[in-house]
Amino acid sequence: MELTWELVAFLGFAVMTLGSGLMVVTSSNLFHSVLFLMTSLFGVAGLFVLLVAPFLAAIQVLVYIGAIAVLMLFVIMLTRQVMSRPELYNQQMAGALVAAAILFLALLFVLTPLADEIGGDVAQVNAEVIAEADDAPDVDYITVEELGRAFVTRNGFVLPFEVTSILLTAAMIGAIVVAREDEA
Amino acid sequence: MVPLWMYLVVSAGLFSIGAFGVLSRRNAIAILMGVELMLNASNLNLVAFWRYINPGEINGQVFAAFVFVVAAAEAAVGLALIISIYVKRHTVVAEDVNLLKW
Amino acid sequence: MDINWLDANYLPWLIFALPLLSFVVITLFIGRYKMLSGVVAAGAVFVSWLLAWAVFFKTTATEEFGINAYGSSFEWMDLGAAVFRMGVLVDPLTAVMLFMVPLAMLMIFIYSLGYMAAYPHDDPHHTRFSRFFAYLSLFAGAMLTLVVSDNLLLLFMGWEVMGLCSYLLIGFIIERKSAYQAAVKAFMTTRVADVFFLVGIGYLFAETQTLNFREIFWNPAVLERLGNPEETGFIGLSAAAIIGSFIVLGTFGKAAQFPFHGWLPDAMEGPTPVSAMIHAAAMVSAGVFLVVRMFPLLEAGGQVHHGDYTLPLILMGVVGSVTALGAAMLGVAQNDIKRVLAYSTISQLGFMIAALGIGAYIAAAFHLITHAFFKALLFMSSGAVIHAMEHGEHHAHDLGHHDLPHRVQPGEATPWGATYVGPEGDVASDEEWQPHVPDGIQLSFVAVPNDLQFMGGLGKRIPVTKWAMLAGTLSLAGAPLITAGFWSKDEIFADSLLFLTDAEAFDLGAAWLHMLVFTCLVFAATLTAFYSMRMWFLAFTGEPRSIMAEHATLMSGHHSNEHEHDEHQAEDHDHEEHHEHKVAMPWQPDFNFGTWWATYRDSALMQGPLVVLAFFAITAGWVGIHPDFPILRWFTGSTNYYHDFVGETLLEHPETIDFSWIPVLFSFVAFGIGATIAWFLYGREPLKENEQDPMIEVMGQPAWVALQNRLDIDNVWLRIFYMPFEIFARRVVAIGIDKETIDGLLEGIGEVATFIGETFKRFNRVFIDGVGDGIPMLIGLGGNRFRNIQSGRIQQYLLFTALFLIAIGAFFVAQAL
Repeated sequence: MELTWELVAFLGFAVMTLGSGLMVVTSSNLFHSVLFLMTSLFGVAGLFVLLVAPFLAAIQVLVYIGAIAVLMLFVIMLTRQVMSRPELYNQQMAGALVAAAILFLALLFVLTPLADEIGGDVAQVNAEVIAEADDAPDVDYITVEELGRAFVTRNGFVLPFEVTSILLTAAMIGAIVVAREDEA
Repeated sequence: MVPLWMYLVVSAGLFSIGAFGVLSRRNAIAILMGVELMLNASNLNLVAFWRYINPGEINGQVFAAFVFVVAAAEAAVGLALIISIYVKRHTVVAEDVNLLKW
Repeated sequence: MDINWLDANYLPWLIFALPLLSFVVITLFIGRYKMLSGVVAAGAVFVSWLLAWAVFFKTTATEEFGINAYGSSFEWMDLGAAVFRMGVLVDPLTAVMLFMVPLAMLMIFIYSLGYMAAYPHDDPHHTRFSRFFAYLSLFAGAMLTLVVSDNLLLLFMGWEVMGLCSYLLIGFIIERKSAYQAAVKAFMTTRVADVFFLVGIGYLFAETQTLNFREIFWNPAVLERLGNPEETGFIGLSAAAIIGSFIVLGTFGKAAQFPFHGWLPDAMEGPTPVSAMIHAAAMVSAGVFLVVRMFPLLEAGGQVHHGDYTLPLILMGVVGSVTALGAAMLGVAQNDIKRVLAYSTISQLGFMIAALGIGAYIAAAFHLITHAFFKALLFMSSGAVIHAMEHGEHHAHDLGHHDLPHRVQPGEATPWGATYVGPEGDVASDEEWQPHVPDGIQLSFVAVPNDLQFMGGLGKRIPVTKWAMLAGTLSLAGAPLITAGFWSKDEIFADSLLFLTDAEAFDLGAAWLHMLVFTCLVFAATLTAFYSMRMWFLAFTGEPRSIMAEHATLMSGHHSNEHEHDEHQAEDHDHEEHHEHKVAMPWQPDFNFGTWWATYRDSALMQGPLVVLAFFAITAGWVGIHPDFPILRWFTGSTNYYHDFVGETLLEHPETIDFSWIPVLFSFVAFGIGATIAWFLYGREPLKENEQDPMIEVMGQPAWVALQNRLDIDNVWLRIFYMPFEIFARRVVAIGIDKETIDGLLEGIGEVATFIGETFKRFNRVFIDGVGDGIPMLIGLGGNRFRNIQSGRIQQYLLFTALFLIAIGAFFVAQAL
């Protein structure tokens, strides 16, 4: 595998994503956690760009970093005084670690050419497809425009699109109702 | 060119990290962050597969976009719940919210 | 598909859909607005009524309507062997029902608006105003569904929904124990009968592959095959006989015929409009309508007009006449005005069933219509009377009279009414238990405002009700020539005397059912004339026999004037008269609608329908006058409209029987005797306050009490069906306690039993108790261990979920490898 700029960029973003992700779950200061979450999400956005999904990358920055993470910051600042016990993790931390590790290994096994080498029928199909996908075919259209069309054409995704908008509205109303302090 | 499996490894790692956070952190907001990481991992997965396996169809990106929406809704409601619990019970520790037992 | 809904073929759908729609609308959307709900319900029925009458008058103008009946249907279910179609059918029988049912319902709805609103605001009647109208709408919709249905299954659906509504409405005042017990009783009794009906439907479908009325009844080949015991059926009975008997049993439940009659007198626990609905427009009419509808099947295989009876017809003839006579006897001795009417309903339904039993198809259908009109009228009148009495009670309270008659309502009661709880709440304990002399079931309890003994002189207080009710009473009594009841009853007599008037048809020996029916019905008619006139005399004539009757009124004004009462209590005994004079009537120059409406709203809403129904209670019979009736035939043009119209329902139109004086004579005599006795006992010299009922002297105390106790029929049922089980249960449970009631021989058995019992007891204590206590203990221990799993910590659950997912995944991987 020759060293291209793309590979370098990929490695950079991957390290950024995973490293910050680790910091998110291990950092003892919740405020730092959120900041690392932002970095991690930014890394994912970079990966989206590499995958020729610029629109998603933009949303990633706007929605995740711009809205969700900031919202979390607010909530943290609202509630930060109350961590009565300083422990970071609960008692099942070891179990969680094992479960996460097994999960990672299982995914690794299923999703990489590793499966091919260990053998068996189970991941054969996946493994072949994934192993052959060394090189991405070119995308011969502008994805943003196509995406926009897909959302609003009848044979595309207009119904799910509208449904998600209802979902968003419901979530917004629900959030307001839940978080509002009762007058009673 | 970067092979597909590398993206998948990154996504798997991110997913496992998120899962670990969800399972082990005490603070409810940290749990929410773990959930966000997991959602991002799945998004990355979706987009990577779209790009490498079937770039002719737009579906992969559309799905990812829907995941964004769901994530936003989930974060809004989840944070609202945290605020509400904080107001009522003065805690944001998930373990302390255990009225629903036995 | 292009459907013109205003076409007569499709209109019937709308007729029953509208009340159902109003039920949905009231339940889901407007239930919180009371008056709006009531008006919506009444409006829906009003439109239904308009549509129904439009259909009716179109049918009367249609040539050969029996053949060209209206209807439409859609494919409901493809059963493979046959396609089941749901649809509506308007044939002549349905048409006359469509004339009667929606009109009576509309009147009931309007009346209900006044009736329910007239209660005080904190009364359950008032707080559940919308719910009442929702139920009533559902009731109406179900009844109309049943009427216009073109197949037995749809009919059965309406039938069942009606059963549900009757249950809901009879038990409407759920706080009252007697009410919900009556509801349960009505539901269970009709339910038992409904099962028979359903079995009949199933068998019919198995035999014919269809439930469509026309396909069965207008197909002589099918009827012949069903009626032939050689081809169908078993144990020597034809399929038609078996199916018919099942269906007839279903009708007995719905139409409250012996032995399923018990629920109907109790059903008056519901609000009075419900009674009118059940007794007249819907429930019991549906029962009779069913057998009228199914008549071709019931008579299949027999020749009823030639003394060759089939099993269902014999069943109907015997039970109908016995019920008619028995219920009329019970009606004589009732003091509760609604109970008198309830027994009259059972009795009149017996007339119809018996008439059908001897093949008097037209007469039964005719009596069904006329009876519905005058019985709805009578019930609503009685409701107005009771309301007036209750108002009188309030008023008397306001005036400071607290020595009003009052009765303790029987409290605790088993489903059989067997246990009394005294006013202090003392219940007989188990040790003192003795086999019940089930006196609890004697409904000696009569709510005071319902009691005829306390009425009297109401004619002056509520004159409109008085005259409307007179019309209904005369119709029920069968007052000759003018009232509807006379003509329909006369037709039944004429049919039952066929063996005399039409000697060629069959010889006397074979006509035993005709004779039985005729004898019973003539006596029943005499009694009917007597008790209905007694009721009217007791209620409306003479002087008031209680303070309530003295102050009875239907005007709504005086609730709001209670403060005024307090202020002027001393000199205000005739306050109401002042009040009446203050409000100008519509014909007076200073008439103001607002004030008039405020005072007379309930009065108008309740009494207006009475007038309408009184009109029909008199005139509805004139369409069925025999074509050869002397003198009157000049007016009727020698046509029996009703007979000719409804007769077309059947494939073979029933023949008009020749006119004969004998049945007419009997009709005259029956009414004459009954009404004359009533006049001598009650009318000539009205009952005074605290005076004994003159009938007690005539009949003797024991007979009177026996009749008031329903001839102990319920007790007999109790003894047969309930007591053995109770005795058995009590004895086995309490072995040896009851020794002194058992004589020497039984004592020995008792001791053996005691020994066995003791052994069991020991066994019980050691073994069963040991096991019984041990198992819960083990479960408790285990539960304490395992409950820690459910910690309430969501992350723990999540971890378990993750681990199990991994385990499952590992399992599949291992299997694949």
